[in-house]
Amino acid sequence: MSDRVTVSKTYKLYLGGAFPRSESGRTYPVADAHGRFLANAAQASRKDLREAVVAARAAFGKWSGATAYNRGQVLYRVAELLEGRREQFAAEVAAGEGVPGKRAQSLVDAAIDRWVWYAGWTDKLATVLGAANPVAGPYFSFSVPEPTGVVGVLAPQGSSLLGLVSVVAPVLAVGATAVVVASRDRPLPAVTLTEVLATSDVPGGVVNLLTGHTAELAPWLAAHADVNALDLTGADADQRVELEKAAAGTVKRVLRVPTSEPEWTDQPDIGRLRALVETKTVWHPMGI
Amino acid sequence: MPMSATTVHEFSGATRDEASLRRFLQGLPGVDAVGVEQRSAGLATRSIKKDSKLWAIDTAIAMVDLTTLEGADTPGKVRSLCAKARNPAPGTPKVAAVCVYPDMVATAVEKLDGTGVNIASVATAFPSGRSSLKVKLTDTELAVEAGATEIDMVIDRGAFLTGRYGQVFDEIRTIKAACGDAHLKVILETGELATYDNVRRASWLALLAGGDFIKTSTGKVSPAATLPVTNVMLQAVHDWHAATGQLRGVKPAGGIRTTKDAIRHLVAVHEVAGPEWLTPALFRFGASSLLNDLLMQRQTQLSGHYSGPDYVTVD
Amino acid sequence: MTWEYAPAPESRAIANLKPSYRMFVDGEFVEGKGEPLKSVNPATEEVLAEVSTASQADVDHAVKVARRAYDKVWGRMPGTERAKYIFRIARMIAERARELAVLESLDNGKPIKESRDTDVPTAAAHFFYHAGWADKLGYAGLGPDPRPLGVAGQVIPWNFPLLMAAWKIAPALACGNTVVLKPAETTPLTALVLAEIIQQAELPPGVVNILPGAGDVGAQLVNHPGIDKVAFTGSTEVGKIIQGSLAGTGKKLTLELGGKAANVVFDDAPLDQAVEGIVNGIFFNQGHVCCAGSRLLVQESIAEELLDKLRKRVSTLRVGDPLDKNTDVGAINSRAQLDKIHELVAAGEQEGAHRWTSACPLPDKGFFFAPTVFADVTQSMRIAQEEIFGPVLSVLTFRTPDEAVAKANNTPYGLSAGVWTEKGSRILWMANRLRAGVVWANTFNRFDPTAPFGGYQESGFGREGGRTGLEAYLDV
Repeated sequence: MSDRVTVSKTYKLYLGGAFPRSESGRTYPVADAHGRFLANAAQASRKDLREAVVAARAAFGKWSGATAYNRGQVLYRVAELLEGRREQFAAEVAAGEGVPGKRAQSLVDAAIDRWVWYAGWTDKLATVLGAANPVAGPYFSFSVPEPTGVVGVLAPQGSSLLGLVSVVAPVLAVGATAVVVASRDRPLPAVTLTEVLATSDVPGGVVNLLTGHTAELAPWLAAHADVNALDLTGADADQRVELEKAAAGTVKRVLRVPTSEPEWTDQPDIGRLRALVETKTVWHPMGI
Repeated sequence: MPMSATTVHEFSGATRDEASLRRFLQGLPGVDAVGVEQRSAGLATRSIKKDSKLWAIDTAIAMVDLTTLEGADTPGKVRSLCAKARNPAPGTPKVAAVCVYPDMVATAVEKLDGTGVNIASVATAFPSGRSSLKVKLTDTELAVEAGATEIDMVIDRGAFLTGRYGQVFDEIRTIKAACGDAHLKVILETGELATYDNVRRASWLALLAGGDFIKTSTGKVSPAATLPVTNVMLQAVHDWHAATGQLRGVKPAGGIRTTKDAIRHLVAVHEVAGPEWLTPALFRFGASSLLNDLLMQRQTQLSGHYSGPDYVTVD
Repeated sequence: MTWEYAPAPESRAIANLKPSYRMFVDGEFVEGKGEPLKSVNPATEEVLAEVSTASQADVDHAVKVARRAYDKVWGRMPGTERAKYIFRIARMIAERARELAVLESLDNGKPIKESRDTDVPTAAAHFFYHAGWADKLGYAGLGPDPRPLGVAGQVIPWNFPLLMAAWKIAPALACGNTVVLKPAETTPLTALVLAEIIQQAELPPGVVNILPGAGDVGAQLVNHPGIDKVAFTGSTEVGKIIQGSLAGTGKKLTLELGGKAANVVFDDAPLDQAVEGIVNGIFFNQGHVCCAGSRLLVQESIAEELLDKLRKRVSTLRVGDPLDKNTDVGAINSRAQLDKIHELVAAGEQEGAHRWTSACPLPDKGFFFAPTVFADVTQSMRIAQEEIFGPVLSVLTFRTPDEAVAKANNTPYGLSAGVWTEKGSRILWMANRLRAGVVWANTFNRFDPTAPFGGYQESGFGREGGRTGLEAYLDV
């Protein structure tokens, strides 16, 4: 056994359901918590980001149009596949985050449970956030939440899987599509997650994941006119105001996220789901 | 609008003038899209096995309008198609018709005269229908003179969608007159009409104007024939028969490529229109690749094992 | 030229039918001490299997283990963990869907296309949906601190055996309750396969217990002092008895009872789809549906045209072998039910309604009834008032929307109603006035775990499904 040379994996981007290298040809070395080389990751360019937004927009119609029941089934299926890769994720989280194996395992378990939690929200959000409006007149009026569109996500820099799942799963649960920039220094669990997504029933383009330098990609994402909402969780602190200003150019929804990473193991509320939907109110007369 | 004496009495009021026609067509009961799609999906679950499948396959073969409508069509291609039409495979019925462009009719006549296989020609500035009535008429006359026994005309979808129903009606009547003894199929191009309500209205319009068949599509626009669209058209000819006693036909065209799909359509014919429509005189498939799939499935039914594409001829 | 569809039966072997079935208590299949019952295939009258039933002692024991499971395990388990068990059940129902469908059709007599395309997938969906609620109950808007009730005693009918079990068990588990459920006497088999699934899903013992038996077992269960909540789906007659017997006990009760739904068709309806909806409304599941559209109220101006279309459509319905994939209407569930249908149909004829019955061929053996439409029905006739629970439609007419509403509401029931018109404002106007728990517009008999279902007045109280349905199983 010990003589066997392992086959190491090439870590690539995930765009529109395919795994390309960066069009720029660039890669950067990823090290473990002790500085030892783990792998080369693709260093995405702004052109890769542009392609990612195109793919996310193309996927939006079908994903947002799928029934909530169907999205729930598809997302739960992802959790089933995550469970099957439990060991691999734990090893990658332990290496990247420098936590003991047991801690890494519990972070992975929490990530899978978090995914299940969000999977269960797809067909409940409308009943919790929607309403029949008792308007004063002969009208039937109701309000429903609808996904906002393409969401740009700067994934947490620290929590490479649980944090990532906590920001990506709600995007999918509401029916939005995502362009995600993974943790710059800890991107490997994110790439493995995309491999799970690619073999699940999540359509290509619903999640697009870029590895690379967050600070390089973030301004392009924040200013992109075809992005509807922005999650700056993993943004550099000194870049954040600039990014929010860029987002204002097309009135993007910018999620209110803490400036330092929260304790991801805490049970979340539905704040992220709320932030990613638009409420649509419909009026119709009632009469013979 | 000029009215002909052959207009069916019950609906003579409907075609008196443009306003009456519009009132009549818009007064037809609506088609609920979800409902008609559910009904079609339900019909598609019918499980047709054994003898009833073999019967369906042979019936479908006999209903095929074997079609080639390409810019690249040549006399050689048409002759090869005609040979297939006369004798698709040993022991099978011949197909109902060969369907070609007007300039290929003469070639088809050479190969099919006296075989009982009809020669259908598209006409009226197929597939868009965007030309003058004069050109459309000449197009039709050329085809009829060359020996076409069936004319597949397209309606002016632009006129229909802008509500100029009278113009569409007149055009159909004019072409019908030019057909002489040839049967007229009226192509609605349902993919461009977009709604089932429009499909129902256009179906009735074509029936009122004297079309012998109503046909879904040119095959050049997507979506072409779908089961719910065929369903709405079958309901229209059923209702027409209930009201007038006349039997008119339906031809889905384009997009039906598999035996399974063809049998689903036959189930719809059987249960929506009625068993009397299960004849090439009243139902056709406009298709090219469907025939070979029917032949393959026929081999499977007879031999008991699955067949492959190398065991049917490519024409 | 005639085209006869060759028989296309689903393989009976898929059902994995066993000669005998036992009750499920404390995570094990055990012999009940009651008199065993024989479950009959209503399409052939053959005995399918022998099923053990519960005695009073068995009921006591089941309630006791359910209480223990509630106190020690299930009631205190975090919602996230409960959720994962319920998701497992949902997935396993889907995995064994065809087996369950064939078994359901054998035991109940319903056509395989319905058990396959409606009953079983909807049952799986119900578990899936409620699994998601288990750790989100605080968001249901029912109160700040929703808590489970304890042990639920549940009694379900024979018309949707597996689906009703799912409707009962899934929300109870999601909310943290444990369950003792009694399936119907004539259709216990799929509930016991569900028990097998629950066992394979490694649900802690005692959380779900399934006790076959007749009405006496049901009575023992609902009256048991160890039960905190009673849920019953069945006849209004029995529902009244249960409500009466629970008076003063403080037990929480939900009832889903009979109906005599009006399906109202206006002259501007999408006529062909209305015909489909009417057919689906009354001939779905042989009309053994509490929310069946058994009273057709049609506007006089289109009555004749609609009836012509309806009779033609009904003539195409294929009655026969429930396992044949092309069967539209299967077997009546029991001799007793068939007798009741005959009795009410005879009453309809005697009272002067105009009977039309499809000329479709019926099998020689088994309990079958050809689809029947009564025209010229008036409000005072028994067939307009009483629930027939069979493939029999009563057609009445109306002239104005007000009259339609008055006639539709003129019944002690109030489970469901249908409205057919292309005019949106009229749909909403009608929906506003109809005294029914579910109003379907331009469709009929739609069920979804996210949509609450239940009745007004003598059709019962409480809702199943949706956020609202959780209330039945929560102390809030």
